[in-house]
Amino acid sequence: MIEVRELSKQYGDVTAVDSLSFRAETGQIMGFLGPNGAGKTTTMRMLTCYLPPTSGTASIDGFDIGEDSLEVRRRIGYLPEQPPLYLDMTVEAYLGFVARIKGVPSARLRSSLDDTMQKTGVTHVARTVIGHLSKGYKQRVGLAQALVHSPSVLILDEPTVGLDPKQIIDIRETIKSLRGEHTIILSTHILPEVAMTCQKVVIINNGRIVGEGSPESLTAQLKEGEILRAQIAGPKEAVQALLASVPGVLDVQHEDAAAGGIFLVTTAPGQDVRDPLAKAVINNGYGLRELRSMDMSLEDIFLRLTNEERVEA
Amino acid sequence: MRNFLAIYSKEMRSYFVSPVAYVIAGVFLFLSGYLFRNILMQFNYWCLQFSQRQQFAQAGMPNLNLNEMVVTQFFSVMDFIWLMVVPMLTMRLFAEEKKSGTIELLMTSPISTTQILLGKFFAALSLYTVIVALTIVFCLILEVYGDPDWGPIWSAYLGYLLLGGTFIGVGVLASSVTENQIVAVLLAFGTLLLLWLIDWSASFAGPTAAKILSYLSIIQHLQDFQRGVIDTGDVVFYLSFIFFTLFLTTRVLESRRWRR
Repeated sequence: MIEVRELSKQYGDVTAVDSLSFRAETGQIMGFLGPNGAGKTTTMRMLTCYLPPTSGTASIDGFDIGEDSLEVRRRIGYLPEQPPLYLDMTVEAYLGFVARIKGVPSARLRSSLDDTMQKTGVTHVARTVIGHLSKGYKQRVGLAQALVHSPSVLILDEPTVGLDPKQIIDIRETIKSLRGEHTIILSTHILPEVAMTCQKVVIINNGRIVGEGSPESLTAQLKEGEILRAQIAGPKEAVQALLASVPGVLDVQHEDAAAGGIFLVTTAPGQDVRDPLAKAVINNGYGLRELRSMDMSLEDIFLRLTNEERVEA
Repeated sequence: MRNFLAIYSKEMRSYFVSPVAYVIAGVFLFLSGYLFRNILMQFNYWCLQFSQRQQFAQAGMPNLNLNEMVVTQFFSVMDFIWLMVVPMLTMRLFAEEKKSGTIELLMTSPISTTQILLGKFFAALSLYTVIVALTIVFCLILEVYGDPDWGPIWSAYLGYLLLGGTFIGVGVLASSVTENQIVAVLLAFGTLLLLWLIDWSASFAGPTAAKILSYLSIIQHLQDFQRGVIDTGDVVFYLSFIFFTLFLTTRVLESRRWRR
């Protein structure tokens, strides 16, 4: 379990992280989402005891990052954005070295190496020098490095950055398969990644939390009304006026299309206007070709949240 | 101890897997072999000259000391080669970890900064010791053809071990302040050269300053060892110098924790 309380970090006059507080429960995958420079890496470096916070604190499994740094470091596996690899070592020698400095007992060394390599799919390159591996495999070795001492908490800083689509899917699958055994914090600026892998999302921007919750609840909570997309055959102005007169409709936009006009209808939050709208269209003798609600994607929410923040500042 | 050994063996591996150890040993041994040969030829030449002079033919040969004229000569050129070679042994120790980001792995692992530092320090010192030990071959050649006094030779080697520790301490410190290996080499080389020549300025300083300056000269303290004298004062000088550089290095490495 990870608990962060009022964590702040300042570099000189610049506030990189501004009193963050959040929790990640045991066995959960938490997505840490934000544009580049939002303070994700700084937060992760503080959680891993690499950087000290300016104020505030955090605890990992009940151990404080400032006071029980050694206990915290025993319990975390950390994959920085740039995987910390020794390019002149073989995969096996490298993981053996990491296991030793992470305190894996000699008796268990062999089995934890084999387990980790199997989990991350690097067994068949065990004797290859890391410098000769592809980017995707290097990333896997980086992940293996974070896992080798079976830490209770995994901190992954942009684990899929710079990989090709196939490799991204592989890494995501591996991360998903780790759910339950480890508490995982995963930072990213790629939205679908969060929707696909995480149970909880924390969105930060300029060092502050701007949204928090499950991907679904975040979508629901932030939905400011729905947008309906309707394709209606009929004179443009008349239809537009008719749609606007339906109770609960806030705004109607017209988009030109070859077969019948497309109208984007914004409705008030919490009101389903689909039935009255359809009735009105049919009763007036226009042809209703299509009517569907457009879900607001996490992407829209993210953009809205991070943009609003920028306007405020 | 286990953490220390993990770091130590990783560093040793990295010296011997890459060509670094072999190239350094090769270049050093070639240069020192070349210098040893020339010093020996010079000694032979003198022996020949003296034996042909009339005055010595009657009164007997003066005692040409093999230790003083060959061994000490050889050792004092060797330490200058080391002054240039050690910074290259130590340059990557921290600079490379910083550049490649692996320092993050080390610093977020449950090991102390001291364990990391000592692992690296002793790895460099071991490589240095192995290469220095190989020069015993030269002394063995003297033993075959002459009769050197082994006492001063052993004490000179002890001095070399301490001098090497001092050089490596400075090198490790230089490597910890930068992520650029060339900067690390130059810083170490510059510092060592300054400490080497510092007693020169003693001639132009006041009595107290002169004492301090010549005390700081890292090479002055070696001369007793080469003459076969093990002075506790010199041993303390080198050990405290090593301790001081290592202490500063831990401060530099941990500065991340308190720097703004």
